[in-house]
Amino acid sequence: MRLRSCGVIDRKQTANRTLLAAMPLATSRDVVAARQAVARFMKDRGASALRITRFATAVSEISRNAIVHGGGGDISIYLDGRNEYLHVECRDTGPGIEDVTLAMTEGYTSGGGLGRGLGGAKRLSHGFEIHSVPGEGTLVSMSVKL
Amino acid sequence: MSGVTSINLVESALLVSIQDDVTDTEIVELQDMLSHRIAKENVKGVILDISSLEIVDTFVGRVIAQLAGISRLLAAETFVVGMRPAVAVTLVELGMYLTETRTALSLTHALAQLRRD
Repeated sequence: MRLRSCGVIDRKQTANRTLLAAMPLATSRDVVAARQAVARFMKDRGASALRITRFATAVSEISRNAIVHGGGGDISIYLDGRNEYLHVECRDTGPGIEDVTLAMTEGYTSGGGLGRGLGGAKRLSHGFEIHSVPGEGTLVSMSVKL
Repeated sequence: MSGVTSINLVESALLVSIQDDVTDTEIVELQDMLSHRIAKENVKGVILDISSLEIVDTFVGRVIAQLAGISRLLAAETFVVGMRPAVAVTLVELGMYLTETRTALSLTHALAQLRRD
């Protein structure tokens, strides 16, 4: 299996995590539901308005990509074992990304968009990782410190 | 459209309140509908109240910028009012400066600017 990744997430953070929610991503309504769920979990844990807005924006970008480019998928929200990070995993079974580094480039777009979404989502997250296999799909893992 | 609760004509400006649960589909429909109303109703300005919006991402930002461009071609100005500070910070981080729009801190300020035009 070919694996292309970009960015690093500390593996220790993904151990002993608790699943808070798992939601489908099929329509633009689901994008709103996903980012509102993330915002609510962060608010419940006392995150600042700026931190919530930044990360919820990243989640919105990535969720939309899963639908528009990946043909739909799902999103899972986790709390890490030490209640320090919120992890979000967004996956689709679409065509995958041929060149992740190129896709992350500011201004690069596969068509239609501004080419700011992916790079922007990475900047707005504390941890950000993409695994994509052409023909199989894409998994984006994002995390934010609470 | 559940994401847009109200559109009111105030002093020849269309005042539009966008709700936080607005979807991509709804915001595109809104852009289309406002473009038609600007042309038909001799509107001088469009005032988008985004104070309810917790986020503005690249998609919504682009639609707002396009609406401002469209309304300018139709001789109307688009104001964005009520942007939350966290939204402004995030938009700048995304490289979205919304230069096509005019901004005002409140509806009152936007209306005052339109009266001066």
